[in-house]
Amino acid sequence: MSVQPGEGAVAVKAARRPRSGFFWQLISNRKAAVGVGLVTFFLLLAIFGPFLTEDPSAFVSAPHQPPSSEYLLGTTGQGQDVLAQTIAGARTSLTVGFLAGLAVMVIGAIIGMASGFLGGWVDSVLSLFTNVFLIIPGLPMAVVIAAYLRPGPVTIGIVLVITGWAWNARVLRSQVLSLREKDFVSAAIVSGEGRMRIIFREILPNMTSLLMSGFISATVYAIGAQVGLEFLGIGDVGVVTWGTNLYWASNNAALLTGAWWTVVPTGLCVALVGFALVLVNFGIDEITNPRLRSDRSWTRMLKSHKLKEGLTTPVVRRLGQ
Amino acid sequence: MRHLLKNLGLYALAAWASLTLNFLIPRMMPGDPASAMFARFAGQLQPEAIAALREAFGFTNEPLWNQYLTYGANILQGNLGLSVAYFPATVTEVIGTGLGWTLLLSGVGVIISFLLGTLLGVIATWRRGGWLDSSLPPMLSFLGAFPYFWLAMMLLYGLGFSLGAFPLRHAYSDMLEPSLSGEFLLSVAEHMVLPVTSIVIASLGGWMLGMRSTMVGVLSEDYISLANAKGLSQLRIMFHYAARNALLPNITSFGMALGFVLSGSLLTEIVFSYPGQGYLLIQAVRNQDYPLMQGIFLTITLAVLAANLLVDILYIWLDPRTRAR
Repeated sequence: MSVQPGEGAVAVKAARRPRSGFFWQLISNRKAAVGVGLVTFFLLLAIFGPFLTEDPSAFVSAPHQPPSSEYLLGTTGQGQDVLAQTIAGARTSLTVGFLAGLAVMVIGAIIGMASGFLGGWVDSVLSLFTNVFLIIPGLPMAVVIAAYLRPGPVTIGIVLVITGWAWNARVLRSQVLSLREKDFVSAAIVSGEGRMRIIFREILPNMTSLLMSGFISATVYAIGAQVGLEFLGIGDVGVVTWGTNLYWASNNAALLTGAWWTVVPTGLCVALVGFALVLVNFGIDEITNPRLRSDRSWTRMLKSHKLKEGLTTPVVRRLGQ
Repeated sequence: MRHLLKNLGLYALAAWASLTLNFLIPRMMPGDPASAMFARFAGQLQPEAIAALREAFGFTNEPLWNQYLTYGANILQGNLGLSVAYFPATVTEVIGTGLGWTLLLSGVGVIISFLLGTLLGVIATWRRGGWLDSSLPPMLSFLGAFPYFWLAMMLLYGLGFSLGAFPLRHAYSDMLEPSLSGEFLLSVAEHMVLPVTSIVIASLGGWMLGMRSTMVGVLSEDYISLANAKGLSQLRIMFHYAARNALLPNITSFGMALGFVLSGSLLTEIVFSYPGQGYLLIQAVRNQDYPLMQGIFLTITLAVLAANLLVDILYIWLDPRTRAR
């Protein structure tokens, strides 16, 4: 995490590369670009897709029809169009996933920052609370809570937030602890800046990338856990989501009748979204972690010059010698 | 030692917190197990029976505090109440039938994926930028992005259903009685192949990446340079010097992973109808068997806490620095 460079340096950089914002940096990273592209594709699909397909719950054909030119991904055990269901599922699942991810990030940030910045007994109590929630296994707890609440996407979202916030809080707390010791924070304290101003103007901007990657991993968790819970039949099985799609597929014994097309598209979508988000996270890591960045340019330099790295010391030798 | 005591306190607190959550959740929510059971046996039970049922499940009209004390006393005696779905069996009895299977399945799964993933991490990092190092992380994180249970479903479909190479469900053949005979053990092993494979595939990436990131740090330490300068064999440096020291953080996550896989194998068990905790849990949810559901939650939590404690002790044994303090 870098301290803001002097204003002069920023001006010089900005003049040379007009597009030096975080987003452009992210896009110029190959992994992150693929990730951002995939996520954008799924978001567009979730927003506009349902307008282009028919009603996902409508009975359109005989059950368990394999993919054909008429029904591109075949039909489910209840004669519904799998393609329409997958697209409609994207909308609910991604909405719940991203909203829950956002809530997890915000709650984790508030608790983590309060704990790290305030210190003292507040820190002791909050850390203890966080650690307890970290140890209690999330999925079984989610199952128990969800089983008592009225089923539906909102319930699932709430359950995901309850079981997911602790990890973020812990990561952000340790980051605040290390930032608090930095010179620029001491300088701000000495110059008499208010507490709120220090938190929001000095510390928070230095945690942007951590907050973002926290949001992304929380979303990955939320999507995965949501699909798992709904697969168990804990969600509202009447709502079309990726999780309930798999629930119905398994309920209709899709695999034992060989109807793989009811299971594969949804699973692939979940994995692709998850993988894309992980790629974006890798990208953020590489941009913000100077060691990884220098590592990458180092190996690239070695490769392009056909050099081989010495075992541990930064000594290089020509290949074949 | 102080570290251990501190953690011991944390685990005790976590155990108490989950016990309390377990007590509070059903009492804060609308509806209660007795009414659920009454609805389940609609028409077969007299209306008067509902009060008796409430009593049996520990939902009395006493003040919450008294209920809590009774609940605590019952737990200490291992009494988790009566199961609705398997009535009149007690929850403890029902859980007893599943616990062993879950421990077997996820234990074998975690150990295999830990060993394999760690080894892959060591080898991949040793050849930084090599083909293994550049191809494994993205491949494994892609595999890790699939839902646990979906991979299990695919294995079931591909290897079990289409090829018929492995049994599709349950923990052992229906033809056999549980015994210690070779035939029975072979059947158990055969039934475990697919579920264990799905657990290993899904969690391999985490182990490998974790090991890789600590190995990178360890490899830049001075004692590795010294070992190289002394001209020790590469294999010796790789395993005795680098991997051994890089392993410690992974041991900590081993404990966390036990918890993760215990809950992750819930879904795997359901796909394969493997008669462990996960399968029982989903039966409990489908039958609205709240006492059983909570009992399972409690046993899983306690198992996870015990696993973490075990790892803490292992850590002290492995790392001399924690002992010296």
